[in-house]
Amino acid sequence: MSERVLEGTGPDGVDDMLETRHAGMSAAVETGTSEPAPESPAAAAPAAAEPVAPVSFVVDLPAFAGPLDLLLSLIRDEKVDIYDIPIAHIAKQFLLRIRVLQLNDAAEYLELAARLLRIKAQMLLPRHGEVETWEDPRAELVRRLLEYQQMREVVDILERRGDERRSRFARAYLPEAGEAVSAPLALSLGELLTAVDRILRVTREPTVHTVIARTLDVAGAIAMVRDAITARRHMRWSDLVARDAEPWQILSMLLALLELAKLGELRLAQPRPFASVEIEHDSPGEAA
Amino acid sequence: MIPLVKLLEAALFASPRPIPVEELSVLAPEASPAEIASALDTLREHYDVDGHGVELAEIGGGWQILTRAEYTEAIERAQLAARPQRLSAAALETLAIIAYRQPIGRTEVEEIRGVAVGSILKSLQERALIDVVGRAEGLGRPLLYGTTSLFLEQFALRHLEELPRADELAIALRPAPQPL
Repeated sequence: MSERVLEGTGPDGVDDMLETRHAGMSAAVETGTSEPAPESPAAAAPAAAEPVAPVSFVVDLPAFAGPLDLLLSLIRDEKVDIYDIPIAHIAKQFLLRIRVLQLNDAAEYLELAARLLRIKAQMLLPRHGEVETWEDPRAELVRRLLEYQQMREVVDILERRGDERRSRFARAYLPEAGEAVSAPLALSLGELLTAVDRILRVTREPTVHTVIARTLDVAGAIAMVRDAITARRHMRWSDLVARDAEPWQILSMLLALLELAKLGELRLAQPRPFASVEIEHDSPGEAA
Repeated sequence: MIPLVKLLEAALFASPRPIPVEELSVLAPEASPAEIASALDTLREHYDVDGHGVELAEIGGGWQILTRAEYTEAIERAQLAARPQRLSAAALETLAIIAYRQPIGRTEVEEIRGVAVGSILKSLQERALIDVVGRAEGLGRPLLYGTTSLFLEQFALRHLEELPRADELAIALRPAPQPL
């Protein structure tokens, strides 16, 4: 659907819309005939506004908490009735403001600007006498604005209550999280000595483990698996690892299988936990 | 003061957070709820009438001893305690929507505010003012947020119902839009 964005003084109210529509149409300057409004809101900005140098993206918006906030303050400043917004006028003002405030890079402001222009365009469309079924295109916007304004009222309440509470201090002591309250130790000297004696007796004969470093042989295991897999397309873990295999052999084999699976030379499957691992040769066609 | 009032005062003094009434009952199991309520009244009156630097406040469904507002500046100037930071307008708006519409998802909050709120939700959650209270039905089962007891505490609310109902707000008093 192509919407036409009309420049100039369009009909503001709804009541006088039918009379002024034709005049508005003929006097209108078309700016974006082929483009839908949401993509060209800047094109509909008043031509009088001087070109603004491109600025970097605006992140900090100190004055307004969002596009609805800006629109609401605009409606307040212009002293217009929220239930009967002169949409063409307000849309123009909105575009002017976001240009002045250099908010015209912020998507959320642009989105609302586009929405305003869309409503403006819908207001201009002929109504074919279906006055009964006609729905004011501004209704949704009014609903959102009212909802937003209601929320701003709550913000005022919260702000006041928050300040009230902030201006009174509670006790500053806060127990540290997870700190267990432990009672002081109740211990006799005899008990302490027995405990020391017990510890000394245990540590008198230290147990010495001799650790023999065994390096893994992954490369060897890979070579072995490759040999085996060319002979048989399908194997199990138990075919590759002997029952009495040393831990380093098992680990080497596991790493070798994972490596080969990663390289796409074979596929590993385990039908259920602790079942024997199925090893299948991956045909070259299927390899990634 | 009767012993019960003194016991409650000691407990309230020792606690850094508001003490819910049920916990006060545990503290004094032989006292009836009515006796505890009247003891709390006595204590509050004692602070108010006899002129104390602290007061007894009912907050977040519990009771707490707080310093009086007139001494805040002096205490802060001496750097004995610092007021918590104020929330930004954006954070307050988000909080207000969640307080009224909970449980509510991110999309609905964004619809009302007209801006993205992802990072604000995160920081409010980090400050423990809101929390995830469930998941909505439907696509992606989005998270639903609600306010916490700390929210009540930081805004000196006894309970959520203390906030005006939506239809009690000034804007709701305006005439409904006439069908055009």
